[in-house]
Amino acid sequence: MLRSISIDSLMPYFGVVLLVFAGSAFFPQILSADYLTQQLQIAAFLGLLATGATIVILLGHIDLSVPWVLTGSAILSTSLVGTGNPTLTFLAVPAALAFGALIGVINGIGVAILRIPSMVWTLAVNSMLLGLAVLNTGGFNPKGESSPLMNAMASGDLLGLPISFLIWIAISVGLAAFLTRTPFGRYLRSIGFNEKATFLSGVSTPSVVFAAFAIAGMCSALGGVMLAGYANQAYQSMGDPFLLPTIAAVVIGGTSILGGRGGLFGTIGGALFITLLTSILSVMQIDDAWRNIIFGVIILVMLLFQTLRKGAVA
Amino acid sequence: MSNSSTPLLEMRDISMHFGATKALDGVDFICNAGEVHAVLGENGAGKSTLMKLIAGVLQPTNGQLRVDGSDVFLNAPQAALRHGLVCMFQELSLVPDLTVRENLLLGAPGAGIGWLRGQGLDKAQDVLGRIGGAQIKMAARVADLTLPQRQQVEIAKAIMKKPRLLILDEATSALSASVVEKVFDLVREERDSGTAILFISHRFHEIEALADRVSVFRNGQRVETFMKGDHDYAAIINMMVGQKIEELFPEKPPARQDAEAVLDVRNYTWEGQVKDVSLTVRRGQIVGLGGLDGQGQGAFLMGLVGLLRKAGGTTAIAGQPTRIGSPKQAKHQDIALAYIPEDRKTEGLILDQSIQENLELAALGRSDLDAGDAALYAGALEQLALKHGGLELPVSSLSGGNQQKVVLAKWLALKPRCLLLADPTRGIDVKTKTQIYAILRQLADQGTAILLLSTDYEELIQLCDETHVFFDGAVVASLSGDDLTPQNIIAATLNVSPEPQAAHA
Amino acid sequence: MLDYMRSNRREVIAGVVLIALLSAYLGTHPRGASTYVMTIWANQCLILGLAACAQFFAVVVRGIDLSVGAVVALTNCVASYVLEGSAFGMAFGMVAVVAAGALCGLLNGLIIVYGRIQPIVVTLATASIFVGIALLLRPTPGGAVNYDLADAMTLDVLGIPTALVITAVAVFGFWLPFRRTGLGLGLYALGSSEQAAFQSGINTRFIRLAAFTLAGVFGGLAGLFYSFVTTTGDAGISAGFTLNSIAAVVLGGVLLRGGVGSLIGALAGAFILKTIASLMFFSGIPSLAQPLFEGLILAAAIAIGGADVLRARNKLEVYA
Repeated sequence: MLRSISIDSLMPYFGVVLLVFAGSAFFPQILSADYLTQQLQIAAFLGLLATGATIVILLGHIDLSVPWVLTGSAILSTSLVGTGNPTLTFLAVPAALAFGALIGVINGIGVAILRIPSMVWTLAVNSMLLGLAVLNTGGFNPKGESSPLMNAMASGDLLGLPISFLIWIAISVGLAAFLTRTPFGRYLRSIGFNEKATFLSGVSTPSVVFAAFAIAGMCSALGGVMLAGYANQAYQSMGDPFLLPTIAAVVIGGTSILGGRGGLFGTIGGALFITLLTSILSVMQIDDAWRNIIFGVIILVMLLFQTLRKGAVA
Repeated sequence: MSNSSTPLLEMRDISMHFGATKALDGVDFICNAGEVHAVLGENGAGKSTLMKLIAGVLQPTNGQLRVDGSDVFLNAPQAALRHGLVCMFQELSLVPDLTVRENLLLGAPGAGIGWLRGQGLDKAQDVLGRIGGAQIKMAARVADLTLPQRQQVEIAKAIMKKPRLLILDEATSALSASVVEKVFDLVREERDSGTAILFISHRFHEIEALADRVSVFRNGQRVETFMKGDHDYAAIINMMVGQKIEELFPEKPPARQDAEAVLDVRNYTWEGQVKDVSLTVRRGQIVGLGGLDGQGQGAFLMGLVGLLRKAGGTTAIAGQPTRIGSPKQAKHQDIALAYIPEDRKTEGLILDQSIQENLELAALGRSDLDAGDAALYAGALEQLALKHGGLELPVSSLSGGNQQKVVLAKWLALKPRCLLLADPTRGIDVKTKTQIYAILRQLADQGTAILLLSTDYEELIQLCDETHVFFDGAVVASLSGDDLTPQNIIAATLNVSPEPQAAHA
Repeated sequence: MLDYMRSNRREVIAGVVLIALLSAYLGTHPRGASTYVMTIWANQCLILGLAACAQFFAVVVRGIDLSVGAVVALTNCVASYVLEGSAFGMAFGMVAVVAAGALCGLLNGLIIVYGRIQPIVVTLATASIFVGIALLLRPTPGGAVNYDLADAMTLDVLGIPTALVITAVAVFGFWLPFRRTGLGLGLYALGSSEQAAFQSGINTRFIRLAAFTLAGVFGGLAGLFYSFVTTTGDAGISAGFTLNSIAAVVLGGVLLRGGVGSLIGALAGAFILKTIASLMFFSGIPSLAQPLFEGLILAAAIAIGGADVLRARNKLEVYA
């Protein structure tokens, strides 16, 4: 994990520190432990999605099916719990994860076998999932509820830290180790830089693409399960507001949208930064309009910073 | 317009550095109006870089360009075009998805961003007609044209711009002899009307036919400039290479026809591009694949590592019939083929990654090797004398020759029993070539079977124990021993008989 | 004619599909092929059509514009302020709306060209800014558009829906002549092979800037026409447009790798997408299953386009 730490990936952490101190000058409560742990808890939802997105973006692709994989797995898990059957309740979380992995493989087939640009194919998959969800729920908010396990994952505490945050970090560390310790991580970046040369080096590139999209799908599904646990229910379009912040978190964390360059360490910072920024802007009771503008400007400034720095080096 | 004593183009103390590589190093160069100036040199000598500087595609690290005696700064191709400096690029400047007509209009004088009136198209069509391209439709998409047709369009596009200085960078490499002659007539006409021509070619007889003056480049420096006829062929080769050809190649041991066959291919056929090819590579043998570009030899090599679908024929590795469906299978220890692709920048290496990461990429998937073990690569790197500032630096920081060494080391780490190479010395400096020849011969001596595709006759003759020449997808000649002569190879590449009396055969 | 069909295969296919879908739609619609039905249909199609044109200009230079929807929303909000009053005032207002779009596109282009950041990321950020400005203008939906003007633009001329007249003007009055200019040529050259375009003496920076500005102009036109249809300003409309515009250009045969496709294709793709949705409405498919069918049709259309690679005999060919 240490190897992936670059200045780019440290930038969002500087940003987080800056936000906390600048924000606390106006609102001292920002420095309170309650507020900060709450931010960690919320950041975990975005963070999990961004973790999956990082894997796919490192590969040089993008996954636009995040919103409805998230919503779909939330609906699936809450409906299973809603049956009241203990076996099905127990299966809620694994089933949602399996669902995410399955959609990931479908994404991978379009991208690796049919060679459809991922931006288009995952978009099509997203709209099919939307259709499935509407058909299944009748367009209303689905019945069902979250299980105690899901509630605990989303809102519980362990040793003073939110469980959601611990899950997120555990998964990030686990995946980061997986990326640095196994050939898979190497293949992932190599494909992101140059798929043809990687294939010619004797790598089964389609399997790497399948695996990457499956991991991303599972991350989105886990995010959906935990959000359902947080809200105690699933609801239509619950994933839609997450798509763009997810990509923003990855890019701000120093991962190149072109693939190959970057890593999960930066993404953690990116997710923290975006969550904190959104929260502070709302604490300051800035209205929606300015929040959007400031959000966009700050992302642009951070990106310009990245390229200016590279321009100076080159 | 210009005083006849001031050269049309003058370059003073020009240097061009790409990272650690010095593509040009303190070059002075002059080109006069009304003459054909040939530029000679090996691949990697700096010729193409020189042309790109004149065309405004690159800007020199140091030095000054002057046109008609006054300093110019060519920050983009538009600036060069304004001065009448027009380049016909080796890697063509045609846009594949546009039609011929649209390509001709692209960047044409006076075109700008407004309404295109199609001025100059008559001229272009006239030129196309004169160089045997009359059948090329203006409405055809460039992507649908053959390579020779594209070169013809590129020539028309360049002439249409009414150049004062016309650069022909390997402009006729894909054209047939009769078309080349027509192009030359056109070039002479341009010259006689006062245009300066810079002519880059690998074919000596073309230089002989066209050039007035010759400059030889080597390792980024201009060695000498002289009038055509001042030096003979051998002397020019010496200038280009810096040493005698025979010294480049290692001693060839006596042929071992009885050694066991490592790779045995029977009746290989694919899509009408490879036709019924059978050949054997034995332990310790270097077998050459010759022929003009695109005669099926490249596809054949790709097919051996499983890159071609629906190919016919059988392959046996060390006597075992084997089906290879992908490079992953080919590198498995039970098969142990290694394929070194032709384009090291896009196929052989991942330029953005470090030298170390590139070295490890092939070994990573082999369960019997520890890719992280530096000893795997140390031998090859040492023998090839890889020059680098640290293995953690990006491989793109290396020169072309050193990059190719990394590709070789990456595959040699797998201890392949059969090594397939697609023109591994293309665009590489002489010193590296010698090192590559030496290591190939040494590998052969240690028992590796080597299949070497080359476009360089000398390699096919001096390095290979046996050479198969491809023409139109089939092997038309298999030469070894005393038959392995330049005459025989050239005759076979053109699919004609070397001697008249053999014509009845 | 045959030559034309061969070299514009994608547009021809899209056109044939569109005609088939439209016939099916008019056939199943209870009120048949009346001017009323056609007008409603054409209005819906043209809004997305103009947004798809905006996306086309970004895609043809090998970019992508995630701010299309935001530009539509922003210009819609601008329109809800300036399309009232005197005829002169309204004419000025329409220009102002399109200019606002152009300005958004220019900003995108400047950051992409001079900031050297990928278009997808730049427009992701600017989309947020544009939506913010739209919200400043219209925190809640409101405002108004002169009814006479709106009617003139959204009803019919001698029985032909005005939206179709506008489409024809966009194709014959703008696109076909534009395609024959140096700028039009430059867009394709840049998208198809940036290196070849550069070596041919094309000013690649200017062309890319122009492409994104044109994307903004068409985003502005989409916002303007949307305002005529709804006669209010609403900052919350951006979400659907961006992703649908991408789907539309792909259906219309525009390749995301740049350099291939046309404005006609983009329009056809948008019309197809909207016609499918309308067709569903009257087709007897249970309404709850309609979104699924739309998704399946979209996926199938895209997958068929991708099936070409399965025929590639050389495995390296698929790695472009």
